[in-house]
Amino acid sequence: MKKSIQKIGKRTIVFIRTAGHMFIFLMKSLCYIFIPPFKFKLFLKQIKFIGNKSLLVIALIGTFTGMVLALQIFYTLRKFGSEAMLGPAVALSLIRELGPVLSALTVTGRAGSAITAEIGIMRITEQIDALIAMALNPYRYLIVPNIAAAFVVFPLLTAIFDVIGILGGYIVGVKLLGLSSGTYFSQMKQYVDIVDIEIGLYKSICFGLIVSWISCYKGFYTSFGAEGVSKSTTEAVVLSSVFILISDYLIGSFYL
Amino acid sequence: MIKIIDLHKSFADQQVLKGVNLEIADKELVAIIGQSGGGKSVFLRHLIGLLKPDKGSIIIDGVDITKVNRKELDLTRQKFGVVFQGGALFDSVNIYDNVAFPLREKLMLKEDVIKQKVTEILEEVGLVGIEKKYPAEISGGMRKRVALARALVTEPKIVLFDEPTTGLDPILLHSIHNLIIDTHKKYGFTGVIISHDIPEIFDVVDRVAFLYKGKIVEVGTPKEIQNSTNPVSRHFITGKYDGSIEFFN
Ligand SMILES: Nc1ncnc2c1ncn2[C@@H]1O[C@H](COP(=O)(O)OP(=O)(O)OP(=O)(O)O)[C@@H](O)[C@H]1O
Ligand SMILES: [Mg+2]
Repeated sequence: MKKSIQKIGKRTIVFIRTAGHMFIFLMKSLCYIFIPPFKFKLFLKQIKFIGNKSLLVIALIGTFTGMVLALQIFYTLRKFGSEAMLGPAVALSLIRELGPVLSALTVTGRAGSAITAEIGIMRITEQIDALIAMALNPYRYLIVPNIAAAFVVFPLLTAIFDVIGILGGYIVGVKLLGLSSGTYFSQMKQYVDIVDIEIGLYKSICFGLIVSWISCYKGFYTSFGAEGVSKSTTEAVVLSSVFILISDYLIGSFYL
Repeated sequence: MIKIIDLHKSFADQQVLKGVNLEIADKELVAIIGQSGGGKSVFLRHLIGLLKPDKGSIIIDGVDITKVNRKELDLTRQKFGVVFQGGALFDSVNIYDNVAFPLREKLMLKEDVIKQKVTEILEEVGLVGIEKKYPAEISGGMRKRVALARALVTEPKIVLFDEPTTGLDPILLHSIHNLIIDTHKKYGFTGVIISHDIPEIFDVVDRVAFLYKGKIVEVGTPKEIQNSTNPVSRHFITGKYDGSIEFFN
């Protein structure tokens, strides 16, 4: 009995300490985004890295998400005789919800894990120590470029996901199920508000922050050995995904 | 001048350093020898402020680096060049950019000056024509030499070498040792060299310190160490087992 209470206490302390540590890491990184000198080249390199790694998968998942969505929603709408609403229904689901979430999860798996592994390897091979020993700040070289790039790349990838998803819905709704192309798009224009697009944008920015923050943190504080890196990578992906889904709910409930 | 006073360091319940005392004069070359896992790398990481001691101080040119803030610590770090045990080359950039890195980022020199310095130092370590290769594409010995070039290219006042020659063939070992002697003559840095290459290292350094069980048990010129009457040092230097050293504790 006493032992299990001790265990709970110990876990709680570790949890709070880790949470505080992660928060301080984030605050430090965000500060360095605004204090020169900036490593602009590394920032561009990370944009290319994250975008390049994720674009193809985003396109693929986007297409099929749109197609499945159209299929499902069409089935439901037909029961009420309002198939004409397919366009807005697909677009709203994608723009408000699925676009930001699914592209964030995709980038986590593709680029987030790669970032953790890369920084983790730099930690265990003393490359981070080498930077510090040169009196240079490793945050500027490794963390800031990733977080800054995520702010730019996530909204862009989400937008691409949305557009491709809507086209996927078009293929199913118009080409396969026989809806007229005019209805699909004109209804969409009428029902999708700028607010919906804003929500999608805020979500994607928020997810970008979460993924880059956690991926960098887990890499930066990886434990030693190759197992340390693989463990950190897994943890980064799991934790990012959980945070994405929780914050998705929070932001969504805020904007109902 | 580097002065290490009563340095203690533990990890969890493992005591690694138990009161290290050592003084290193300006422009002196000192070798640290000792068992594998004996805490030599841990000791070296304290000198550049990568680890904080549990107790004790490290005074470098009058500054106690265990007490100062990050900014002042970084000022002291400017004086250093470090060769890490594994090389610690940046594997996302090629050899040229690895060596150029401290010149660009730390000293902010112009590209034409950088090019001249990098070419010169790569020639000195015998690595011409591999500038475009990446660290993963060259041999372990080459990586060691690139790390050496990167540490020396900024002409630092103090250079720390963590096993710069371990795992190299005998010819390369001597050429690296000669390189250290030559660059030391040229730039006159203070050098701390961790080495397992006994007796070769004795021809390089001014003094040898023997780290055993968390303490410096003996310091002296290579001659003094070689003629030491301390049974532990004798055993370690000759490698002949006579029961003085505890191996598995
Ligand atoms: N960051 C760390 N956390 C926990 N233990 C550590 C850490 N760094 C070193 N140690 C422990 O300290 C001891 C000394 O390690 P160190 O790397 O200094 O040995 P060494 O003398 O350099 O050996 P070698 O000649 O093999 O390089 C080892 O037992 C190691 O496990
Ligand atoms: Mg070592």
